[in-house]
Amino acid sequence: MKKREGEGSSRKNGDAAREQNTGSCSSPVVAAFKVFQQELDTKHDKYERLVKISRDITIESKRTIFLLHRVTNVPNTEEVLKEAELKLEGVRQKIGQVAEELRGEDIHQFHRAFTPGIQEYVEAVSFLHYIRHRSLISLEEINARLVYMRAEGGDPKASAEGPAPGAQVLTFHVTPSDYLLGVADLTGELMRMCISSVGNGDIDTPFQLSQFLRQIHDGFSYIGNTGPYEVSKKLHTLRQSLGKVEDACYALHVRGSEIPKHMLADVFCSRTALLDSDEGVA
Amino acid sequence: MSVTEMFSHIQGFLSADQDIREEIRKVVQGLEQTAREILTLLQSVHQPSGFKEIPSKCAKARDLFCTVKTQIGDLKTKFPVEQYYRFHEHWRFVLQRLTFLAAFVVYLESENLVTREEVAQILGIEVVREKGFHLDIEDYLAGVLIMASELSRLAVNSVTAGDYNRPLRISNFINELDSGFRLLNLKNDPLRKRYDGLKYDVKKIEEVVYDLSIRGLAKESESSGDK
Repeated sequence: MKKREGEGSSRKNGDAAREQNTGSCSSPVVAAFKVFQQELDTKHDKYERLVKISRDITIESKRTIFLLHRVTNVPNTEEVLKEAELKLEGVRQKIGQVAEELRGEDIHQFHRAFTPGIQEYVEAVSFLHYIRHRSLISLEEINARLVYMRAEGGDPKASAEGPAPGAQVLTFHVTPSDYLLGVADLTGELMRMCISSVGNGDIDTPFQLSQFLRQIHDGFSYIGNTGPYEVSKKLHTLRQSLGKVEDACYALHVRGSEIPKHMLADVFCSRTALLDSDEGVA
Repeated sequence: MSVTEMFSHIQGFLSADQDIREEIRKVVQGLEQTAREILTLLQSVHQPSGFKEIPSKCAKARDLFCTVKTQIGDLKTKFPVEQYYRFHEHWRFVLQRLTFLAAFVVYLESENLVTREEVAQILGIEVVREKGFHLDIEDYLAGVLIMASELSRLAVNSVTAGDYNRPLRISNFINELDSGFRLLNLKNDPLRKRYDGLKYDVKKIEEVVYDLSIRGLAKESESSGDK
């Protein structure tokens, strides 16, 4: 905060020097534009900071998702889940920073800056929730965890605003459309999980997943084109994922009756390779 | 909560959102209509006969701005005020047009640059976001840039109409505007694109001023050598 102010004043000095050359520093128009300059710069700075935080959120969420994919072939799942939970806690701290930046602002004014990060977070958190509970996390549940208690002291903004009585409550609301887009991304992860669990000889998970995916797919078809534009784009990918999962279940069902269980894994190892290369093209 | 319940919950939210947008669109259409009327009215200043009627035209335009005020008042009731930026795109364009029209009227009357407060007052809105429906700074600046290109046209036409002093005054004004905009650190956004057009307006007016001074038609020659 302090550093930024320093930059601003040095820039102003530069402008003042330039103006003396042109000799028009007293003009009301120029004076007005100086105010505009400050206002615009403050806005742009805030936007850039939000973009940066959003990028960090994206990276950390992606890492969590990768970690969660290991669940399928690690004996001790609880440990992995705990680690993921820990990582997500870190992500939540970052979202807290976003909420901090947006305090007193119109959330929609800067929405474009942080929407990718939030979507990725929704994806990660709902993936974890699915692995734990085999159900879809609701928007309320996500939002309930994005409540921050800010103690004064370490927080420069709170102390600048005056003596805050105790802790301040700060909330961040994920918008319904961000939630929707995050869930749409989740289906891609579930498809991957399905394929890899087949590869591990897990017979039950694929069927559960296909059912769950079908529910989500029905939900998206129900929403149809009332949603934002991006939803319809993601619906296409969703359909592809669903197709792959259904194919896998079909194959399991057909071949499951004729191949002994211990050999199924071998059948599907070749199949996964095929599907993965398929996905790489798409 | 089951998946189906979750989705119907979201669907409810989305359709409510669409209803609001529909309402806003209707009001904005009315606003665009009024803005066009004002523009038509003000366009007549470009005609030779129109130069004498500038004050009366401005008065008429001011009357029409009263309609704008009530329409914007209507628009304000269509959505929660703290969600201004959620629906901003719907009225961004028309608000820029209206800013331009207000700025043009004020210029014709007093030859001054309209302040953001004045525009807000003419349109019956606020300047700061906290107080309600407000004029976004970028929209204001965009409106001012539209006016700049209108003024470059006016400079040409005022010469045709035999008014040789006006171009000089416009030239001074635009130069001032240009140096104002140079103070801004614009990002690569629509406003910046529009600003890039300002130099052509400046150039055009300078050419007009040059033509006048080389023929000795400009009486106030001291103001042309400003920049």
